[in-house]
Amino acid sequence: MTMADRIAKPAFIALVAVALAFVTLPSVVVVIVAFGEKSIMMFPPDAWSLRWFERALTYPDFRKGMVNGLYVSAWASLLSVAVGTLAAYAIDRFAFKGRALLEAILLSPLVIPHFTLGVGLLLLASTFGLARGYSVVVLCHLILVVPFVMRSVYVSLKNIDPMLERAAASLGAPPLTVFLRIHLPLLAPGLAGGWLFAFILSFNEFTATLFVTNNTTQTLPVAMYNYVREYADPTMAALSALLILATALFLIIANRFLGLDRILSIESHR
Amino acid sequence: MNDTARPTLLPWFIAPAALVAMLLIAALAMLFQYSFREHLPGTLEVGGVTLENFADLGKWLYLRVFFDTLTISAWTALCSLLLGYPLALALVRCRSRSLKAAILIAVIIPMFTGDIVRTYSWLIVLGTRGFINGTLLGLGVIERPFALLFTQTAVIAALVQYSLPVIVVILAAAISHINTDYEKAAESLGAGPLAVLWKVTLPLSMPGILSGTVTIFAWTMSAFATPQLVGGGKVNMVSNMVYHLGFASFNFPFAATLSMVSLLLIMAVLGLLGLCLKRLERKGFTG
Repeated sequence: MTMADRIAKPAFIALVAVALAFVTLPSVVVVIVAFGEKSIMMFPPDAWSLRWFERALTYPDFRKGMVNGLYVSAWASLLSVAVGTLAAYAIDRFAFKGRALLEAILLSPLVIPHFTLGVGLLLLASTFGLARGYSVVVLCHLILVVPFVMRSVYVSLKNIDPMLERAAASLGAPPLTVFLRIHLPLLAPGLAGGWLFAFILSFNEFTATLFVTNNTTQTLPVAMYNYVREYADPTMAALSALLILATALFLIIANRFLGLDRILSIESHR
Repeated sequence: MNDTARPTLLPWFIAPAALVAMLLIAALAMLFQYSFREHLPGTLEVGGVTLENFADLGKWLYLRVFFDTLTISAWTALCSLLLGYPLALALVRCRSRSLKAAILIAVIIPMFTGDIVRTYSWLIVLGTRGFINGTLLGLGVIERPFALLFTQTAVIAALVQYSLPVIVVILAAAISHINTDYEKAAESLGAGPLAVLWKVTLPLSMPGILSGTVTIFAWTMSAFATPQLVGGGKVNMVSNMVYHLGFASFNFPFAATLSMVSLLLIMAVLGLLGLCLKRLERKGFTG
């Protein structure tokens, strides 16, 4: 082993630590600043207080944004699970004309810029008089989130033993019964995970939402953006800290339903 | 796959999704249509058919925004690769289950917290009384705070943090498909860890490296919140220009043109990636 090889492992660990620090640092800093007492954002804070958390939770625009966000995300996530599961199941199991095209279109939001989609939907909505109501926002999020649900379903389907399906079919079950009695129950954990992802992504979505919402329908991220443009106090830090915590919790829960490492296919083949 | 026994209820499975797909196509069609319409200044109405929007694309003001977008995207992709590869390697080769999960969650969280929360946290890190300046001032290293915000470097740093989850996932998937027998063989022949990395692991993960880097490049081209806040109006990517045109000037026709061109550029980049990956596959790389 050369000199370089000897320091390779410690150097690698150091590099990984630096990378991890880079990824997590901003969140940590936000949480610390949120507890600052002064009304300017400073690090480190010279006095501590919880007052920004109180303001974050009582500020009317944030409350409205939260309610709107929950409403939109609940609808968007539920609809996307319904639409996405049916579509992913059909695309995975059966051949039909236009299958590849449908799949390509449904998965395309993964590569379409959110601002492009936002502008397009805004123009579509105003042309057809749906000018920036809740339905535009829900539909926008639905489009954006369906690819994730479909991917979750694909992963879950791969893990179902095909023998189960054949056994049911050999006992005389028509395809619909197989779907309802065999696949759906087995897909349930995957669907739960997919729903959680869909909800989180929809709730936190900003760019496309900025284009399709107005003052009445604005979701929490949009309300936060408007706040930041006017005020520079730690209220946003407090709200961000709460959201980071909530997101982390959601992800840990979703990970138990649908192993994150499986959906992202990074199991090590040893 | 049963294609002879297609269930009669199949249309019901596809119909909802087909509606969503049509909605998406309709939105893109609106963009297409609007880019050919004339902007009537001061109103939201649009005039007749015109090619003026495409002619305007040639103006330096807008070409520069495209150029900046490409530059920022390229740097982001490169830095994401440099930071992301060690993370991906650690994630795959780590033996401890809980450490693996911890690294994964830590890396993935930024992806799910949303643009605003994540971008805002960078304002605090880079602000004049923020983390970097505050720490350096407190340690007595500097006397006055640096202006770190509103620079291209700041935007790139924030974008790298955003992109790391994605590239780590892609790289980790590629690395996990490498048969560890090759590495063990190299070790048994006397190669130290650096040689194994350089001669075995890296080349075998090349499709993943290519895929990850280009994906981040294409993805970053659609960034909005980060340049909007961290750039503070001084660093403009295409998305910010579109927002400004739409909501400040109400010039939706031109905004639509820019949006469409961005989309086409991204598709082109990803299409090229697909072709390169196919070539690599033919040469014998898998995964």
